[in-house]
Amino acid sequence: MRLLTREALLSFRRAPLLSALSITTIAFSLFTVGLFGLVAINLRQALRTIEERVEIVAFVLRGTPPETITLASQDIATFPEVLTVNYVTEEEALERARRELVEFRDAYRDLQVNPLPASLEIRLREGFRDAANAGHVAERVRGFTFVEDVRFGRDWIERLDDLRNLAGILGLVIGAVFAAVAVVIIGVTIRLTLLQRAREIHIMRLVGATNWFIRGPFLLEGVLKGFLGGVLALALCYAGFSVFRSNTPALTGLVFFNPLQMLMILVFGVILGFGGSLISVGRHLRNVGGGMDRRVA
Amino acid sequence: MIRLSHVVKSFPNGAVVLKDVSFHVRKGEFVFLTGHSGAGKSTLMKLLYAEQRPTHGEVRVGGHLVHTLKVDEIPRLRRRLGIVFQDFRLLEDRTTAENIAFALEVTGARHDTIPARVTRVLTQVGLAPKAQAYPRELSGGEQQRIAIARALVNEPAILLADEPTGNLDERATRGVFQLLRDINAAGTVVVMATHDLDLVRQTAYRTIEMREGAVIYDSATDDTDGPAAR
Repeated sequence: MRLLTREALLSFRRAPLLSALSITTIAFSLFTVGLFGLVAINLRQALRTIEERVEIVAFVLRGTPPETITLASQDIATFPEVLTVNYVTEEEALERARRELVEFRDAYRDLQVNPLPASLEIRLREGFRDAANAGHVAERVRGFTFVEDVRFGRDWIERLDDLRNLAGILGLVIGAVFAAVAVVIIGVTIRLTLLQRAREIHIMRLVGATNWFIRGPFLLEGVLKGFLGGVLALALCYAGFSVFRSNTPALTGLVFFNPLQMLMILVFGVILGFGGSLISVGRHLRNVGGGMDRRVA
Repeated sequence: MIRLSHVVKSFPNGAVVLKDVSFHVRKGEFVFLTGHSGAGKSTLMKLLYAEQRPTHGEVRVGGHLVHTLKVDEIPRLRRRLGIVFQDFRLLEDRTTAENIAFALEVTGARHDTIPARVTRVLTQVGLAPKAQAYPRELSGGEQQRIAIARALVNEPAILLADEPTGNLDERATRGVFQLLRDINAAGTVVVMATHDLDLVRQTAYRTIEMREGAVIYDSATDDTDGPAAR
């Protein structure tokens, strides 16, 4: 174990330039993935803010006893999709209209009879704020006899659905492409290291080191480089994020990665480093093995 | 210790580099493997340390059936062998002692035993004072002695030396050859591939001569004059 660590660390000292190059390459690959991730999470955050406005409004028939409405509210609140049910009385509706619809203030002020109906405002839980679920809840609410009409802005919820699907697919495709590029680049840098150390590997084989023993330091080196690359990538992402945020004060509510997401980037770096090393070392060992290995492999 | 039976080695391009080679090396022997460049000496050596596999025939080395070894069994064979090359193959960025210790470390030797074993083998090759020198600070002969020390440190039963004096001047050659003789005298089988006939003539060691992939003379079995007479 001590030898493994020492050999892995020694490679940084022996080839500082190449090591720095590998780490930088990994960092930049992860940086592009990270930047894309930042865009994706901020887009999702923005969508979530919009989603919060998804609301189903059920207008109540005039003259419905409040107890009926309260009972129905309690019933609706138990729907799995429903987060909250808010009962807005006729008076509250009028009060709100006076407050919010400034241009009609005069018209509302002199009313003798309140023309606005009472309503139930139903908010949905996260994950259910799409056209299908909203439609489903609206349909069930419409089943109550005291409900006159149900509205939930089907059109714009459907558009929100499309946007969400597009963002998801784009995220997956572009993320996968960046990740694949990162894996290839890391594989290449590890191969460079291997070529540089071909002599050492050759001697290790000659004196009877097992393939796993030869792989060990390279794998550890890959893991370390992946980790350091991940740290550097996060730093770059944060720098980029800060610059962007300070230059676009109009965009409020921008978010950076949370600790779990940062950990995921580091773990991703480690996996990339490990995977890149494993593949490159495996191929190298097969290639330098001469006729013996080729026959058996 | 070593037995080759009807060994043929050909390559996918059709080149046949070893043709029906058979011989037997016994415990304690010192064997010269001679012949011109391209006679098949190096390929034969590679078969012995399992760097290549014969196309036909059997190769037995120190109890291992080399021709049937799986890849993960090769390290076990190599730990019983010492291998020395013309170009020394030392790691330039490590000291003499580190180069030798490396061979012990990568084969999983106990850490606390390593310094003593390195010192012992360095003393054996007469280079104990150069333990902290780097290969570039040593002469060719000294570098080859270090390579031999590295080959010896795992106490191999067989030492394979492929043109070990090919890069050395006459004086260094004599020194390295004497070292190999001493190693053999201590009980280790030595197989030395060389085309230096002067060296071969100096001693009465067994000589196997190869030409175009075939054994054309073996002093252990042939009564005819050996290469020394030619």
